[in-house]
Amino acid sequence: MLRIACPFCGPRDYSEFTYGGDATVVYPALDADEDAWHDAVFMRENVRGMQAETWHHVNGCRMWLIVHRDTLTHEIVSVRPAHPAWANVIAAETSLKGDP
Amino acid sequence: MKSRRLEQGGRIDRTKSIGFAWDGKNLTGYQGDTLASALMASGQQVLGRSFKYHRPRGIMSAGVEESGALVTLGKGSRAEPNIKATTQELFEGLEACGQNAWPSVRHDLGALNSLFSRFFAAGFYYKTFMGPKALSGRGTGFWMLCEKIIRQAAGMGKASREPDPDCYDHAHAHCDVLVVGGGPAGLSAATVAARAGLDVLLVEQDFELGGDLLNQPESADQQRKKLIAEAQGQGVRAMTRTTAFGLYDHGVVGLVERVSDHLPGINQHLPRQRFWIVRSSHIILATGAIERQIAFGNNDRPGVMTASAGRAYLNRFGILPGARIVIATNNDSTYQTATELEDAGAVVSLIDARENVRSELIGLLGGSNISLRIRAAPLSVKGMQCIKALEYTTATSQGWEHGGVENCDLLLVSGGWSPVVNLLSHLGYKPIWNREQACFVAPETDIPVCMAGSAAAIWNHEDCLISGQSAGGGVAKLLGCSVRQKKAPKAGGWGGPIMPMYEVAVKGRRLKSLVDPQHDVTTDDIRLAHREGFVSVEHLKRYTTLGMATDGGKVGNVIGLALMAEALGKDIPDVGTTTFRPPYTPVSIGTLRGRNVGEHFRPLRRTPMHDWNLEHGATMTMAGLWHRPWYFARQDEGIEQAYIREAAMVRETVGLCDVTSLGKIAIQGPDATEFLNRVYTNPFARLPIGKARYGIMLRDDGMVMDDGTAWRFSETEYFMTTTTAHAAKVMTWLEELLQTRWQDLKVHVTSVSEQWAGCAVAGPKSREVLMASLENRDMLSNENLPFMGVMEMQMGEGIPCRIARISFSGELAYEVYVPSDYGAAMMELLWEQAKVAGGCLYGLEALGALRIEKGHVTGAELDGRVTIEDAGLGKMASTNKSYIGKSLKNRPELVREDRPRLVGIKPSDRSKTFHAGAILCRHDQVSGMGEGWVTAVTHSPALGHWIGLGFIAGGHEQWKERKAIVADPLRREDVEVEIVSPHMFDPKGERMHV
Repeated sequence: MLRIACPFCGPRDYSEFTYGGDATVVYPALDADEDAWHDAVFMRENVRGMQAETWHHVNGCRMWLIVHRDTLTHEIVSVRPAHPAWANVIAAETSLKGDP
Repeated sequence: MKSRRLEQGGRIDRTKSIGFAWDGKNLTGYQGDTLASALMASGQQVLGRSFKYHRPRGIMSAGVEESGALVTLGKGSRAEPNIKATTQELFEGLEACGQNAWPSVRHDLGALNSLFSRFFAAGFYYKTFMGPKALSGRGTGFWMLCEKIIRQAAGMGKASREPDPDCYDHAHAHCDVLVVGGGPAGLSAATVAARAGLDVLLVEQDFELGGDLLNQPESADQQRKKLIAEAQGQGVRAMTRTTAFGLYDHGVVGLVERVSDHLPGINQHLPRQRFWIVRSSHIILATGAIERQIAFGNNDRPGVMTASAGRAYLNRFGILPGARIVIATNNDSTYQTATELEDAGAVVSLIDARENVRSELIGLLGGSNISLRIRAAPLSVKGMQCIKALEYTTATSQGWEHGGVENCDLLLVSGGWSPVVNLLSHLGYKPIWNREQACFVAPETDIPVCMAGSAAAIWNHEDCLISGQSAGGGVAKLLGCSVRQKKAPKAGGWGGPIMPMYEVAVKGRRLKSLVDPQHDVTTDDIRLAHREGFVSVEHLKRYTTLGMATDGGKVGNVIGLALMAEALGKDIPDVGTTTFRPPYTPVSIGTLRGRNVGEHFRPLRRTPMHDWNLEHGATMTMAGLWHRPWYFARQDEGIEQAYIREAAMVRETVGLCDVTSLGKIAIQGPDATEFLNRVYTNPFARLPIGKARYGIMLRDDGMVMDDGTAWRFSETEYFMTTTTAHAAKVMTWLEELLQTRWQDLKVHVTSVSEQWAGCAVAGPKSREVLMASLENRDMLSNENLPFMGVMEMQMGEGIPCRIARISFSGELAYEVYVPSDYGAAMMELLWEQAKVAGGCLYGLEALGALRIEKGHVTGAELDGRVTIEDAGLGKMASTNKSYIGKSLKNRPELVREDRPRLVGIKPSDRSKTFHAGAILCRHDQVSGMGEGWVTAVTHSPALGHWIGLGFIAGGHEQWKERKAIVADPLRREDVEVEIVSPHMFDPKGERMHV
């Protein structure tokens, strides 16, 4: 079982979360053509190693998070809110407390 | 084997005698006994029969690796098969019996199998029972003839078929350091880590702490007590009778605590076992080592056991396990045991396969009558139900040769030691072969898991203590404590090296030498597998079933690998090793399921009107996790009469239906309109305040995700409803879009499904019923609240409510929502008036009938494979704006004319019915995948016959002139049907606009 350190709730079992997908995908504009949408929706790298992925703390704070996880070892090196406004809040709080 | 209990010594309490039953016989043991030690002290030798050949089996070990003394414990619904007698604590009233034998383990007719053992070699089933050659004594057909007999004869104990009457618990624990194993290394590691200020949890599978110290002479007990006292003094939390059965990522460990398996009687106030999930920062595995067997002839006879087991029965249980004992070894670990056994009164002789034995070891034997034979090894055991003599070999330059015969009643074997690296293997780390110590050891890892003691192949007692202290200190340092870490000792510790020895055989002698006794895998089976071309150990394992018994390969894996390596002409590390997987020892399914059983199998959601519905005659059904009214039977009605009446009454007068389970989401913020305009296919940009709109959401890939409504209450506030089935999914989807994709939109979404109770009021008289329930009845006039109008107002008694004039049934209808706590009060108010109007309460079944008549879709139709066109809702896909899924819904395959489209279905013979899930086929071709499928069927009171919805290639326009067949071969005969428009009742929708 993986443990994910939610920036809002602390370390929690991954069963509290649902996996979203590749966090590096940039979705095209809604009126972009079929090819652009096809690539964004279906084309995925099968990464062996560090991968940025989205997770939803669905049974917790319901925040979408960006998790950097090694697909080989399950090592998680960072977890931050997907929304930049929240990421800034967390960053500010961390710096107030003094980054360990 | 003439075992007897000694007058003194051991950790048993001779003042507390315990009565138990073995195969119906009443026997006694003492407090502190295991079932195995009590049976041994009572002189019982044959305790089991082997899997295939029904060979007699006795006690082979004193621990979890036991492969002989497997018994069935308990009776009736509490009967549990394949319990290792060596780990089962004795308790008053314990009942156990032998298994896989008839009439008993001592006299078993199944033993005839061993006469045919040549035919039951590896691959027997594959070779005999696969292929088409029926009736020739081979092939699949032959299997079908033999299956019953074979299933009866093979296998171990039988599980009870009754429900498990016991209760099991789940529990959670956190700690800085988890130490697995309560021996010298584990205890010292825990003490050091705790002294550094860490929260330490120590788990031990045995019922006593001490590990190998328990098996040493009484003089060692002082040290055992001291180690335990130190650990407790430092605040180490210790759990006995607790097995760490699996290691998982990020420091998560699964434990099984046997809470009441050792207690007499039925303990209703206690769970039988407890499944713990431990989250730790660091793990120290002080899991010990398991002594290996050697493969030689009849090495599985009762009276052959590991040397360490002999020592355990002597020192821990106060039993002299044999009168004439031969100890066969290839390493230093048995000499002490030999002297202890002799001191206790046995005649002991040692045979050591090695050429050179250190003088200190020989000195250890000085002054005793122990005879020592070097360059000698066991070849074959004489005796069937008990061992009578050992034929041994001596080493010559040509290999092993017959050496002689020695009478004995107990043979203790030590073929070396295997560190328990199993738990680390669970994490995917392959153990590596240590040539000097002839065993697999744990590899270096960069995860916070480390090994200590004999689990790290450290054989010497003092070094094990230091190894534990070093591990504890190392962990403390890693976790930020300032401690001085002792240097870890190296693997090894014996004065003289071990001589690798896995099998003893003499040319030309046919021997039955067991590698994996529990599955009756012999040395010949391994060689046969090699001759038949199996090269990989993973294949070898599956072909011969080596290591696949309940001991998980603890006994036989290394010997099997060594034999395979020899056959392949390779080194053991080049052959590889199989992966150990959880659980380390068997775990009851009941423990894993805990209390999540029966009605607690999954959570249950009740609407605020649950009790009200029941009081008014509802029969409930499950809709996802929700309990919803299914139908409200009157007098003697069954479900069919009830729902048909309810649906008819809605069309004639009025009906009330609890729709609380629909998903409800508050959408708030300045960009709420823009947000909805992007997620729904139809335009929302100009939805006026006070209006609702039906909307369709697509997924990115262009398939329909859900349908629902959005009600606009202000410039910045909407109230969205979703289907019951997709409520959670839609909520997650909206959150994903706002947080990851459209981060500039100022919108907040909140699930309010639990906050609002909902009721549909449907039917021609719905307006008058609802009006009469309001504080100000005029608000509900057609002008004030037209079709798709929404409004916030007050019901009677000042209950605040939200009302929308929307219709799922096709009738004039309203959805009314009140804060959840008012749910029952709302029903009361509405029902008062509905009764006056001659209305009814209706449930899910009638709701379904009404929507099928109208061709409205639900989750049964919107199953994720359907486009908006397929669902007949193409008109709702705007061409003037962009929205999620717009691009990809136009992929070529998704716009084909012959895609299955939503249609209505009517039986040609109106008296006939058909079933949802059936296949729609062409009239002239009732086979294969068909042309479509049926999603929903109901009896339509409005039309007076059965109707259905489904999907069929091309849609109903393509089937105007053709009949289709509903093919349902498993349930009933095929039914000819007409394919029609899905709007089978009031196609223009006039009834809801009145």
